[in-house]
Amino acid sequence: MTSPVRRFRALVARDLRLALRHGADTLGAVLFFLLAGSLFPLALGPSPELLRRMAPGIVWVCALLAALLPLDRLFGAELEDGALDQLMLSGLPAPAIALAKMAAHWLTTGLPLLLAAGPLGLMLGMRLAVLPLLLAGLGLGTLVLSLIGGMAAAIVLGARRGGVLLPLLVLPLATPALIFGAAAVDSAQAGLNWRPDLLLLAAFLAGGLPLCPLAAGAGLRAAVE
Amino acid sequence: MDAIRTLDATDPAGSSGPDRSQRRRVGLLHRFANPGRFLRLAARLQPWTNALALVLTGWGLIWGLFFAPADWQQGDAVRIMYVHVPAAWLASAGYVALAVCSVLSLVWRHPLADLAAAEIGPVGAAVTAVCLASGSLWGKPMWGAWWVWDARLTSVLVLFFLYVGHIALLRAFDEPQRGYRAGAILALVGAIDLPIIKFSVQWWNTLHQPDSITLTGAPTMSTSMLWPLLISALGFSFGFAAIVLARLRAAVMEQRLRVLLLSRGNAAAGAPS
Repeated sequence: MTSPVRRFRALVARDLRLALRHGADTLGAVLFFLLAGSLFPLALGPSPELLRRMAPGIVWVCALLAALLPLDRLFGAELEDGALDQLMLSGLPAPAIALAKMAAHWLTTGLPLLLAAGPLGLMLGMRLAVLPLLLAGLGLGTLVLSLIGGMAAAIVLGARRGGVLLPLLVLPLATPALIFGAAAVDSAQAGLNWRPDLLLLAAFLAGGLPLCPLAAGAGLRAAVE
Repeated sequence: MDAIRTLDATDPAGSSGPDRSQRRRVGLLHRFANPGRFLRLAARLQPWTNALALVLTGWGLIWGLFFAPADWQQGDAVRIMYVHVPAAWLASAGYVALAVCSVLSLVWRHPLADLAAAEIGPVGAAVTAVCLASGSLWGKPMWGAWWVWDARLTSVLVLFFLYVGHIALLRAFDEPQRGYRAGAILALVGAIDLPIIKFSVQWWNTLHQPDSITLTGAPTMSTSMLWPLLISALGFSFGFAAIVLARLRAAVMEQRLRVLLLSRGNAAAGAPS
């Protein structure tokens, strides 16, 4: 009998291997992120002043939308081929299964987005000095998105048009993360104190970390019933 | 009596429900899980809620729109308040009711709570839309803008999206029971928005004014405006209750009809063989 921690790690590793072997699917979200971000200078005009002012918001909104893309398949493939039933029988509690999938989502989507956010921020004219702050906020923010997104993906499991529903459920819930994360960079660019915004974002993450897997677990149990 | 039993038999909560000893303990809660008993009580309540809603809303609105004084600063535009404030209060209260029904549904698998949550959703979304629209009409002459992105307005807009998401989620499943479960989980998660709406005017520096009426302090508003507002709010609340009650009765009857038609269809299909 393997320990629960071991099983949890095996589940994350399995998802990472799957993501690695379907490399194109994994890269799709990052490419979408860069592409959507580069649409803004085309639509708004290339004025550096305007772009620098809007850059934090653009990067955050694009990251939010890009993180939505892989959610549809987060549990969908497992539900269709019956692997989800096997997982639920594995002895791992449902919230732990959900947390493992959320961790895998962050490692395969959140982390690449973080890597791509630096170059995109620079292309939009952000100063190098505020870039670490953007990445710190986005690091917390992508974790929040993985938690909320994983929860929503578990809730819509088995719905007719889950892909259409997902943004409708995730985006309203993710607005606090977007507000605080973008406001932190905005404050830093304006020379104001950015700590409160980042701390509120961290508090939001601390609240979501136990609650989202619990709700997702309930969704998973309802889906395999 | 027959129809009631067929409804119970098709309901998973009824058939695989708690055993006898447990059933006695939650007796009070499940007293109105019996659709027949609920329908009889609701039919008796319905005329009263209807009448109270019409009389109180009419009284409050006529008083507020025609007889209450105009504001020294806002002029006649203040009269929008007699619609806006009751709608805003019901938007939050409706979501609280939705969350309570969701707890009843998730913890006790109460079959009526499922239906109630499904019927509260659209009504709540409608009053939230009325709240946003009337606030926007008031904002244009007062603030000079239809919409500002301050914390109170944004959080109510998020509440509207939560309602819409809940409605869409409930209807996205082929099996209604799955939709009820998913919707209940979502409604509880979304309840986090409620304290944000309540305290947004205190936590942030908003353009939206702070509360004039609080539970603890004296209202910072003239009684000549307070009375029509309270009567109108009470009338709106009864109106909300009346609509939800009527929708709930219709939903219970619809479920019965579906069960009857199904059993008749099954009987017809099974007869030749």
